[in-house]
Amino acid sequence: MSAPPSDAGGLPARLLGFAEELREEGVAIGTSELLDAFEALGEVPWTEREDVREALAATLAKSQEDRRVFELVFDRFFFRSAEAEALHREVREDGGVGGEEGADAAAAEIDLEALRARIAQALRDGAEGPMRDLARLAIAAFGRQGEGSGVIGVDVQRIRRALGLRSEPQPELPADDPRREGLPRDALRAFEAHLRRELERALIERTQRLPPARPLNELDRALPSGPLQDLAAVHRIVAQLKRRLATQGHEARGRKRRAHVDVRRTMRASLQTGGVPLVLKFRPRRPRRPEIYVLCDVSTSVTSASVFFLSVLHALHDTFRKLRSFVFIERVSEVTEIFERERNFKAVSEAIGRDAGVADVSGYTDYGRVWEEFLALVEDDLHPRATVIVLGDARTNGRDPRADVFAAVTEKAGRTFWLNPEPRLYWNYGDSVIAAYEHYCQAFECWTTGQLEDFVKALTRPGIPSP
Amino acid sequence: MAVQPTSVTDVSDGLRGVGYLPGESTALVSYLATKLGKPVLVEGPAGVGKTELAKALSRYLDRTLVRLQCYEGLDEAKALYEWNYRKQLLRIQAEERGAGWEAVQEDIFSEDFLLARPLMTAISAPDPVVLLIDEIDKTDQEFEAMLLELLSEFQISIPELGRIEARTQPVVVLTSNNSRELTEALKRRCLYLWLDYPETEHELAIVRLHAPELSATVGRKLVELIQQVRALDLKKPPSIAESIDWARALLLLGAEDIDADVFRETMSIIVKHRTDLDTVAERVGVKLSDVSAPL
Repeated sequence: MSAPPSDAGGLPARLLGFAEELREEGVAIGTSELLDAFEALGEVPWTEREDVREALAATLAKSQEDRRVFELVFDRFFFRSAEAEALHREVREDGGVGGEEGADAAAAEIDLEALRARIAQALRDGAEGPMRDLARLAIAAFGRQGEGSGVIGVDVQRIRRALGLRSEPQPELPADDPRREGLPRDALRAFEAHLRRELERALIERTQRLPPARPLNELDRALPSGPLQDLAAVHRIVAQLKRRLATQGHEARGRKRRAHVDVRRTMRASLQTGGVPLVLKFRPRRPRRPEIYVLCDVSTSVTSASVFFLSVLHALHDTFRKLRSFVFIERVSEVTEIFERERNFKAVSEAIGRDAGVADVSGYTDYGRVWEEFLALVEDDLHPRATVIVLGDARTNGRDPRADVFAAVTEKAGRTFWLNPEPRLYWNYGDSVIAAYEHYCQAFECWTTGQLEDFVKALTRPGIPSP
Repeated sequence: MAVQPTSVTDVSDGLRGVGYLPGESTALVSYLATKLGKPVLVEGPAGVGKTELAKALSRYLDRTLVRLQCYEGLDEAKALYEWNYRKQLLRIQAEERGAGWEAVQEDIFSEDFLLARPLMTAISAPDPVVLLIDEIDKTDQEFEAMLLELLSEFQISIPELGRIEARTQPVVVLTSNNSRELTEALKRRCLYLWLDYPETEHELAIVRLHAPELSATVGRKLVELIQQVRALDLKKPPSIAESIDWARALLLLGAEDIDADVFRETMSIIVKHRTDLDTVAERVGVKLSDVSAPL
């Protein structure tokens, strides 16, 4: 038997192709990972799909996010390879879906009502095996009704709706209907995946060619997360920020392997041993205790970002003890106390919305006034070891930015950072005057946790003026 | 004699035998680790049995466990090796007059004056060991960089002595709570294993293994409740360790069933934050009393 040309290179070529697809989806795979993958594959039985998948995952996907992308790409890649091979060898399934005689005959035996009940039962039980067969039957039955749109995603939803499969309870149904209590969401999703796959297979059989590979969309790839998990992510990154601020400078100097010997104390201790310094005394290492001032814009122009900012503030308060926070719109007001009193994020944001006492006449930010007031408030407390972080969009509504006062603030403080919730593209357009402030501080684009992490990383990069 | 597994099922059964129920991927990655001699990086939420895996591996493979607990500020002197300064000093003191500096220097920088710390112990052990580097995410990046030589070559360079190569290949397990992103260089050298909260059946099996006297119905209810609690948005979802603790506590209390009262009283075992306690009492506790009321 002659090997088909698509087999050229065999498994290694396939694996390389697979790695290439992973790379396109943004998973960083180096040569060493590939070598590991080959080595690992040598140790597992290659006929076991699960083992092969796990072995590849362990060597190629090195984080939870990567792992998720890996699962999606693995399914897509090997499904497509199998289909390509089938096309190449002109293998066709008997009774496959797609309007063939066999499928019609099979579907004719079973009416839609019975099919509904059986699918619902299978979903309820979470039985993977029958699900695939039922998916094919459903497609065939649905195909006869002639409602296919030709777009796979639309068809999947139409079939699901036609079958009345929902995750919410449907109390109007009879008591013995498994759909009455609502179907498990996971099973429903699995069934949809089966439908999608079978429809794709049918399409490939019909057209005799593979559709172009779609890149994964953001929705698929993102980990399922709620707003509270975002809050947790912010907390994690801020904890990292703390470490960065505390150990800053070590990178430039190089970490000392040991502390300095305290000669005085060592000599004193050596008196006990007849002048031989047997016990070394070291100077204690004093960690930097950063003092942080955070100014957070809560005006309407940053409404969408202010929840994010407040959660950053909240997280900062959890990690740093010496932290004073201020919110501002037209004028500035200190909210340190609220954050210290309330541990719950929801309560904090409510309290700030209610009685933070932000003197807000027009609802428009007045940066010039804010700087003046801020300087007056903290002028005596600011010192070179303090860090000022401003969270705001630098939109002055046409008022005087008073960059000179801001400069005075930055001069007093050791370091100043500006986190801007707008994409860099919009900076300095309209009434944004971030450029005027950027002279005096480091400005960062920051509206996702990812960018917050970038900010934390940037803190360690050389080039930032050390205190 | 150390055990040498020959297949994934071997590892799976072996780990079961020493009281650790591995998931499919856990068994496979452990097997690959013993075969390929690559370190394993285990990540996952707190309390899903990351450290336990290393301990179970050491029991199963019949190897000594060498543990290095990481923390902020951990340095080479505490992780790798240190010169025994006092001994060196005594050696110099005891030296007869007239002996040349050269001879003394040769002498005091020899292995006799070396204090081996966990990493050094692990690679210089005559029998193969399991090396557990716990909570690697707590250390600094500099420390990670220092580990690289050890993890890929299994050797340590000591400036005064030269290179010390591993006599035996240790199985290395690194755990991380994912509190910071580890460097690419480190990840590249490791096999990756993500441990997550187990499925209901799997967790039930684990709980039954650790609290065998617990009745089947209570066990099942306990695990289902735990899974419900995990589905809520909590600051700290209950881990496997906590479900086991809870099971043991219920045994001690002699609880026949988990009803609303028992749940309220013992809830603090699985939920550790004040705000979480309120949420759980509100969402799960109420549901319990609804169910038990008509019975």
